[in-house]
Amino acid sequence: MKSSGLIAGVAALAVGLGVLAAGLWLAGYDAASALAALWRGAFGSWYAFTSATLVRAVPLIIIGLGIAVAFRANALNIGAEGQFYAGAMAATWAGLHLAGTAPAIAIPAVWLAAATAGALWVLLPAWLRLRFGVLEVISTLLLNFVAESLVSWMVQGPLQEAKRIYPQSDPIAEAARLPLLPGTRLHLGAVVGLVLAVAVWYVFRRTVWGFELLATGTGPRAARVSGRIDIGRVTAFALLWSGAIAGLAGGIEVGGVSYALFQNLSPGYGFTGIAVALLARLRPLAIVATGVLFGALEAGAGAMQRDAGIPAVAVYVVEGVIILVVLLADAMARRARTAMVLPDAEVEPA
Amino acid sequence: MTTPALELRGITKRFGPVQALRGADFTLASGEVHALLGENGAGKSTLMHVAYGLVRPDAGTIAVRGAMVSPRNPRDARRLGIGMVHQHFTAISALTVAENVALTAGWPLRPAPLRARVLALMERVGLPLEPSAAAGGLTVAARQRLEILKALAADATILLLDEPTAVLAPPDAAELLRVVRDFAAGGGSVVLITHKLDEALRAADRVTALRAGRVTLSGPASAQTPQSLAEAMIGSAAPVPPGRRRAVAERAPLVRCEMLDLSREDGRGLALRGVSLTIAVGEVLGIAAVDGSGQRELLRAIAGLVRPLRGRLDVTGPVAFVPEDRTTEGLIGELALTDNVVLGLGRAAAWVHGPRLDWGAARDRTAALIHHFGIRAPDPDVPAAALSGGNQQKLVIARALELLPRVIVAENPTRGLDVRAGNDVWQRLGAAADDGAAVVVHSSDLDEVLERADRTVVVAKGTVTVAPAGAGRSEIGAMMLGGPGGGGAA
Repeated sequence: MKSSGLIAGVAALAVGLGVLAAGLWLAGYDAASALAALWRGAFGSWYAFTSATLVRAVPLIIIGLGIAVAFRANALNIGAEGQFYAGAMAATWAGLHLAGTAPAIAIPAVWLAAATAGALWVLLPAWLRLRFGVLEVISTLLLNFVAESLVSWMVQGPLQEAKRIYPQSDPIAEAARLPLLPGTRLHLGAVVGLVLAVAVWYVFRRTVWGFELLATGTGPRAARVSGRIDIGRVTAFALLWSGAIAGLAGGIEVGGVSYALFQNLSPGYGFTGIAVALLARLRPLAIVATGVLFGALEAGAGAMQRDAGIPAVAVYVVEGVIILVVLLADAMARRARTAMVLPDAEVEPA
Repeated sequence: MTTPALELRGITKRFGPVQALRGADFTLASGEVHALLGENGAGKSTLMHVAYGLVRPDAGTIAVRGAMVSPRNPRDARRLGIGMVHQHFTAISALTVAENVALTAGWPLRPAPLRARVLALMERVGLPLEPSAAAGGLTVAARQRLEILKALAADATILLLDEPTAVLAPPDAAELLRVVRDFAAGGGSVVLITHKLDEALRAADRVTALRAGRVTLSGPASAQTPQSLAEAMIGSAAPVPPGRRRAVAERAPLVRCEMLDLSREDGRGLALRGVSLTIAVGEVLGIAAVDGSGQRELLRAIAGLVRPLRGRLDVTGPVAFVPEDRTTEGLIGELALTDNVVLGLGRAAAWVHGPRLDWGAARDRTAALIHHFGIRAPDPDVPAAALSGGNQQKLVIARALELLPRVIVAENPTRGLDVRAGNDVWQRLGAAADDGAAVVVHSSDLDEVLERADRTVVVAKGTVTVAPAGAGRSEIGAMMLGGPGGGGAA
């Protein structure tokens, strides 16, 4: 199972890059030098790998883990982008007020603020879902726009820098900034991502709560009737934890990379994070790998634009094709599995 | 000899590791009702799915009225005049009766002409229904009628019925079989998949029995007896069910209801009013009821899944519940058997240590259950959906008993099971009662209730009535329909 998933992933990557190369060639670009630039930007040097690829992978991994928590319970949180921004706003606010404290206090305080804000940002959708059955897909998606508008207002209003010229906040206190790996821009957030991946893996595989998430997600009626699980409660908690983790990603981005709040802080991490999680089939340790892959693509895209003059958005073609190929492989695998069902199990009419 | 309506020759089909059909032959003559018998997994549904274009055979030929065909999907089959009624309902709840018929038949949806056309169809077939009623609001018996109308709408001359009476009360089942006979008398041909032996003998002209994908018997129904059919299906004489019915009135009650009012499951009004009932240690209480009479609400209240609106309900736990729909409420099909056992035993299970789950222990226990209960599964890691219906139900029962329940509540626990698997379920429930549990069971098969329960109560018209001791089949059947004119909208 696992190795076939890996093969599908590698094949998908190859097809994606092939489609990109073909497209570039058709459009009259030098495909070989473009792909070379992509590689250089992502893996070409220690600095490129740590400071471009991994720095982008960190928020993708953390958000992907948050998505996995929600999706495992079949709570489709599409609002990680908004929760990320909520976390970033809270982290900036906290970071601005923590001057003079020790990093051992400031950093956890920023994380706590960010995670709390992320959870709060999903509180309304969770409540609407439980109370009125409002689809969380829609409510969480719409709150993304609210969050982006709120950031835009914050950086021109309450959180705008002291000189009131640029639409961004003042830099957060030194104490709230994350330590860097010497000689690179890679920050402590990478460790957080790894620890969190292991923690989520443990929860999924080894705890009652992880099992209740899975049962609620795969068979809500059986979970309620045969498992006596309060599926509303499980769904709500899955959404809140998912939001908290996405919020934490926003806090870590502010504390480790930007040191300030501004618009477009996220190049769509909240959405790419969904792809990262789905590509890993919601498996926490695989999310680390797919997060690095997408981080590399995004890093390489920058280099491609710089060195080969190709718009960075071309890389979205690769990401899109990868997702399509993996979904296709998944669907085919599922067909193969259902064909195994014994004959008197119900065959659905066409 | 005249050309058969449908002729299947040497049909072979393999699903992964499972050989479902091994060169099965089946001939359906024009104007006959042909019963197709077999245990679960014998291949009877698969064989009909081949004829209906749902399953492509690996080998074999299909002829309709003498012409070789190979239907690739149900639409092809319908064009050949074949209609099928599946085990589960396929009508769309939100649409009306007429719209559902039109959808299957490909008729235009303009309301006035459609209504006339549907009414004409109902008249011809002899199955009256209100065309503008929403399919979702129909009783089970009416839904079954709709399914048959759908199957016949596109001028079908061959009708395949997959256990059409499984969910019906005896009078409704008799009505359905009458319609089937009329259809055949008018020149149509009917395949009746069933595992009720007496039904096959009563309603069919000819019978074919399958065992493990092979035809073991085919011939006129008049030449057969229940014993000979059971032998053809199972390979040995049918197991004789042990009789029950013991006086347990003096024992301590484990379930006590007093003046219980229960809301309907859909929240629209009361399902049952003023229910008073006790179930004692060691008792198997049978519930006889037509679908939708309120027995579901009663059982779920006893199982602790819904709160009574009013009244008093004392149940001595632990309570085990066996839901009617094992594929959506009993088990999670895509999860492994171990996961499903973990699901059912909840947080009190031996493998739960605080927040931690010891999967090794759960898997070992599941493997032991598979062994003790004779569940046919290669290991505890296969998905529950890969098991046959009978084996799924064994798992559900095994899991329920693993709770060491004082009270066992079972909804239609033998639905869709063959004689042997059903017998196994009843034996397990009976043994649990003998060990001191109180068991309450609803079955839509009235004979089963009468045969297996110590005491029978009838749920009809919003109340619960204890059947008089020694009441017979017809007497209780009448009570189930609430006397003359009953049984409609309950």
